[in-house]
Amino acid sequence: MLARRFGDFATAEDAVQEALLAAATQWPDEGLPDNPRGWLVQVAYRRMIELVRGETARREREQRAARREPDHRRAAPAADEELPADRDDTLVLLFLCCHPSLSTGSAIALTLRAVGGLSTAEIARAFLVPEATMAQRISRAKQSIRGSGVPFRMPEPAEREQRLAAVLHVLYLIFTEGHTASLGADLRRVDLSEEAIRLTRAMHALLPHDSEVTGLLALMLLTEARAAARTGPSGELISLADQDRDRWDAAAIAEGTALVTAAIARGPVGPYQLQAAIAALHDEAPTAERTDWPQILALYEVLEKLSANPVVSLNRAVATAMAHGPAVGLDALAALDADPRLAGHHRLHAARAHLYEMAGDAPRAMTHYRAAADRTTSLPEQHYLRMRAARLADADA
Amino acid sequence: MLLMQFSAANTDFPSIDTWSPEEIRAHIGFMQDVNAKLRADGEWVDAQGLGGPQQARVVRAGANGAPVVTEGPFAETKEFLAGYWIVDCESPERAVKIAAHISTAPGPGGRPLNMPIEVHPVMSAPPQEM
Repeated sequence: MLARRFGDFATAEDAVQEALLAAATQWPDEGLPDNPRGWLVQVAYRRMIELVRGETARREREQRAARREPDHRRAAPAADEELPADRDDTLVLLFLCCHPSLSTGSAIALTLRAVGGLSTAEIARAFLVPEATMAQRISRAKQSIRGSGVPFRMPEPAEREQRLAAVLHVLYLIFTEGHTASLGADLRRVDLSEEAIRLTRAMHALLPHDSEVTGLLALMLLTEARAAARTGPSGELISLADQDRDRWDAAAIAEGTALVTAAIARGPVGPYQLQAAIAALHDEAPTAERTDWPQILALYEVLEKLSANPVVSLNRAVATAMAHGPAVGLDALAALDADPRLAGHHRLHAARAHLYEMAGDAPRAMTHYRAAADRTTSLPEQHYLRMRAARLADADA
Repeated sequence: MLLMQFSAANTDFPSIDTWSPEEIRAHIGFMQDVNAKLRADGEWVDAQGLGGPQQARVVRAGANGAPVVTEGPFAETKEFLAGYWIVDCESPERAVKIAAHISTAPGPGGRPLNMPIEVHPVMSAPPQEM
């Protein structure tokens, strides 16, 4: 049974042996548990996780040893110069895995497999699909790279920037996937956020002077710093304003802030640096009330000019409300109704609900919270939105 | 497979939109505990909450096998699948026991909802010699 769950018979066998051993030593003293089979499974399962983690840690140590550290004594090569071969390979592999001819799902899977060194089983578990499905996805991706005739070498300088953007996008998606805790959120899932940070660190070591790579690493660290405070005891989401800031990771905040500060000073400024700067402003505020909203709004305005996308506009409208009051924010949201990408989208409803709540219009806020809850595809988010609506209904009663 | 399927005919508790924050929190906490216990007992295979009927679509093959998509909500039945569990257990009786426990998830006033939970065998048994 464990072998089927973990797809690794040898390790499963070890774990079961250990559980039986534990049973043999404990049951005579403590008596038979109520459910011996359940007890055995539980002990074997725990042991299995330890063994798998030990295995992963060992592999990581070996990979770290195998990965040659970038040579700091050498000045960074110009973008149009051939990189030294030892650094080249990881980068070329990343560019290849995130090739635009692949679907996003394939690029993510291939990156985790080929660069992250995760097993197909681990990736399958991370995305809650059967291993055979993930194996298919990965082999199709390899197939289509082979078929596309893309050579195994650095992209031409002319297309390098675009290709780098594709790599960063894939790493960012892997990171955000790590935050989608679901009802089936599983102890056995590899932590994709950690994995994305590890890959982005490697990328940053290879391209230390690329301000957007630095910006992405900073954004991940500054977001991950709040992870422990994001959920409550029942697994419910806690909004940024309501989080216990003592539970934020001060070391990660310090590192992320230093990285983004240096990157922006060096430039050129790009969307990841701007998002990291916004995250840093949130992380630095001692209380939600003391958040520097005018500064955050200014950054969203720059971000919107750089990369117009509806979610950025939505966040800008919310920041507008925080800086200048909910009425101004609601006007800004009204301007987004015409965007077909946002029409009826749960985030538009959620943003509206928040602003109506700020404005003291509970009935409208409830309507929009519920509309958002009906449309989201994230279970924790759905619970959060229903809870907000219920709180208002309670206050109303 | 345990299905949490609601319809006007089989549900006699008020919509979650009318519950208090504490009632919702207790309900979520109960479900978390159910899942943790299924894992600990080695019976867990999968569980998912599904999007509301607003997001559901009915698909039929039309001419040339092209998909013909009908949008929800399904006004004529008001029936929808809210979520499911797939459990791997010793006997059908055990699956019924788990379903009965899930059915007691708390609702308004902390009282058990006694939701209808459908239990279906998953056709994953090996084929028998004929």
